Amino acid sequence: MPDLTTPKLPIYLDHAATTPCDPRVVEAMLPYFTSIFGNPGSRNHRFGWEAEEGVDKARRQVAALIKSDEKEVIFTSGATESNNLAIRGAAIMYEKAPEGSGKSRGHIISCAIEHKAVLDPCKRLQKEGFEVTFLDPPKDGIVTAEMVKAALRDDTVLVTLMYANNEIGTINEIAQIGELCKSRDVIFHTDATQWVGKMPTDVYADNVDLMSFSSHKIYGPKGVGGLFVRRKRPRVRLTPLVDGGGQERGFRSGTLNVTGIVGLGKACEIAGQEMAADAIRLGKLRKKLEDSITSRLDTCQINGHREKRLPHITNISFGFVEGESLMMAIKEIACSSGSACTSASLEPSYVLKNIGVGDDLAHSSLRLSLGRWTTEQEIDYSIEKIVTAVKKLRDLSPLYDMHKEGIDLSKVEWAHH
Amino acid sequence: MAYGPKIIDHYENPRNVGSFGTQAEIKQRKDVGVGLVGAPECGDVMQLQIKVGKDGVIEDAKFKTFGCGSAIASSSLATEWLKGRKLDDAAAIKNTMIVEELSLPPVKIHCSVLAEDAIHAAIEDYKAKNGIATTASDHAAAKA
Repeated sequence: MPDLTTPKLPIYLDHAATTPCDPRVVEAMLPYFTSIFGNPGSRNHRFGWEAEEGVDKARRQVAALIKSDEKEVIFTSGATESNNLAIRGAAIMYEKAPEGSGKSRGHIISCAIEHKAVLDPCKRLQKEGFEVTFLDPPKDGIVTAEMVKAALRDDTVLVTLMYANNEIGTINEIAQIGELCKSRDVIFHTDATQWVGKMPTDVYADNVDLMSFSSHKIYGPKGVGGLFVRRKRPRVRLTPLVDGGGQERGFRSGTLNVTGIVGLGKACEIAGQEMAADAIRLGKLRKKLEDSITSRLDTCQINGHREKRLPHITNISFGFVEGESLMMAIKEIACSSGSACTSASLEPSYVLKNIGVGDDLAHSSLRLSLGRWTTEQEIDYSIEKIVTAVKKLRDLSPLYDMHKEGIDLSKVEWAHH
Repeated sequence: MAYGPKIIDHYENPRNVGSFGTQAEIKQRKDVGVGLVGAPECGDVMQLQIKVGKDGVIEDAKFKTFGCGSAIASSSLATEWLKGRKLDDAAAIKNTMIVEELSLPPVKIHCSVLAEDAIHAAIEDYKAKNGIATTASDHAAAKA
C-alpha cells in the first residue's frame, strides 16, 4: 500500500548535485574548528602535531574506502580541482615522455558526456596544442574499452573518463579501460565523483592511475575533495597547478583544510559501512519510482543503460511537456532538469543530446537522485506529484493533441524563431 | 526562476485552455483562425485559436501551449484580451503590453513576442480562409 500522507516538503531528490552533511561527520569536524586548530605544517609544537594526526587519520579513512595506500591520497578543494590537477598535471608532465625518444605525446582521449570539470581542462589543453579525442557515446551512454582501443594512438598520453555519469548515472567500463591503458602505457584518470562512497572502489583492481572524488557528494562538507595519485607500478608524477609550501607531496601547495579533510575522512568511513545497504534500499525505491511513472504515463523514457548505472539516479524524459513548466508544477520536489530554459539559455543538456535524446525530450527531462535519508513516503508523494503534473501539462500541450491525432511532429514545418 | 504573482496565477489557473476541434476539423472551419508558432526544439509552441463572429468581433479564443511558465501565462492572457475585440483591435495587441501586465522577467520577453506572433498568425489565418485582404501589420507578423 503506498503511503499517501504528505511528507515534509520540499522533498530533496537532488543528491547527485550535493548531499547534506551527515551529523556524525559534523560531530567529527567540530573540535578542529576551535581546540585542534593548528596548522598541520607546524612541526614544532603540539597544535600542529594534533592537526596533522587528524589529517593522517582522514587519509587512512579515504585510502581504506578506495583500497589505496594512504600516501596516494592528495587532498584538494574538490573534484573540480582534482580533475584539473590530474588532467593538466599529467598531460604536461608526460608530454615529452618517453625520455630520450625525442617523441612528444600530445594526444588525450576523453568523452563528450564528461562533466564540464573534465571537458574544460581538456579544451584548454587543446588550445595549447594538445589533440583531444572526445569519444561519441552510444545511446546507452556507456563508454567501452573497445571504443577507447579504437581511439588510442602511439602518441596518446592520457585517457580521462568518468566512472559514472552525473546526469544519467551510467557506469563506464572502467576496469577494462584501466587494463587497456596499463597495457599501452597510457596514464588513466577517472573522475569518480559520483561513484566513490556509493559503490565499492578498488583503484588497483581497476588499474586506475589517477582518480578524483569529492566530499559533498557523500554526506561530507563542501569545499574538499581528493585525488588518488598512484605511487607504484607506475609511480605517477604530475606538474602541480599551485606552487608554494609544498604540501601534499608538492602536488598541491597551501595550508590544509583540516576541518574539511577530517569531515571527508569521516564521510568515507561511514560510506564504507553503509553504502552497500544504501545501494540496495535506494535501488528498490528508484525501481518503484520508475515503474510507477512509466506504467501510468505514455511517451516517457528512462535515459541511459537500464542496468549498468548507479542505483540512486534516474533520468526520465516526458514527451510533449516542457522542462521549466514541469519544474514549476512539481515545485515541492527539488531535482534537476535537463532543460536549460531555467538558466536563460535555450540549449538543453549536452549529455542527453550526445546520447541521442532529441532536443524536445531533452528539454523535458528530470534527473531525480535519491540519498541516505530518502523515504518511501517521499517517493510515493513524488510519484503522485510528477504523474499529475505531466498530465496537467499535457492537457495544455498542443503537441500532445497532435501526437494523439497521429500527426508526426518531426514532419511539421515549425516557424523557428 | 522567481515569477511574479500574475504569471503564477495564469500558470496555475490557465484561462481558455482548449481547441475548437481537431487539427483536421479546424482547417475546415471558416469561422476559426489558428496561429501555431514556435518549435518544439526551441522549448515553446503556442497554438492560439480565435472564433470570429459575422460582425468581425472575436467571440471566443482558446489556447494550448507547450512551453515554460511565462509562455503559458502569456498565451493565457492573450486569450483573455482577444475576446470581444474586433480583428483590427486584436492586431494592435503588442508584446510590450503583455510584458508589462505580467511583469515578465527580461529573459522571458521572447514568450510575449511569441504570443504576439500567435495573435497575428491567427488573424492572418482567419482572413485567408475568408478572403479578406490582410493589413500591413499582419504581413509583418507573418514574415517574422
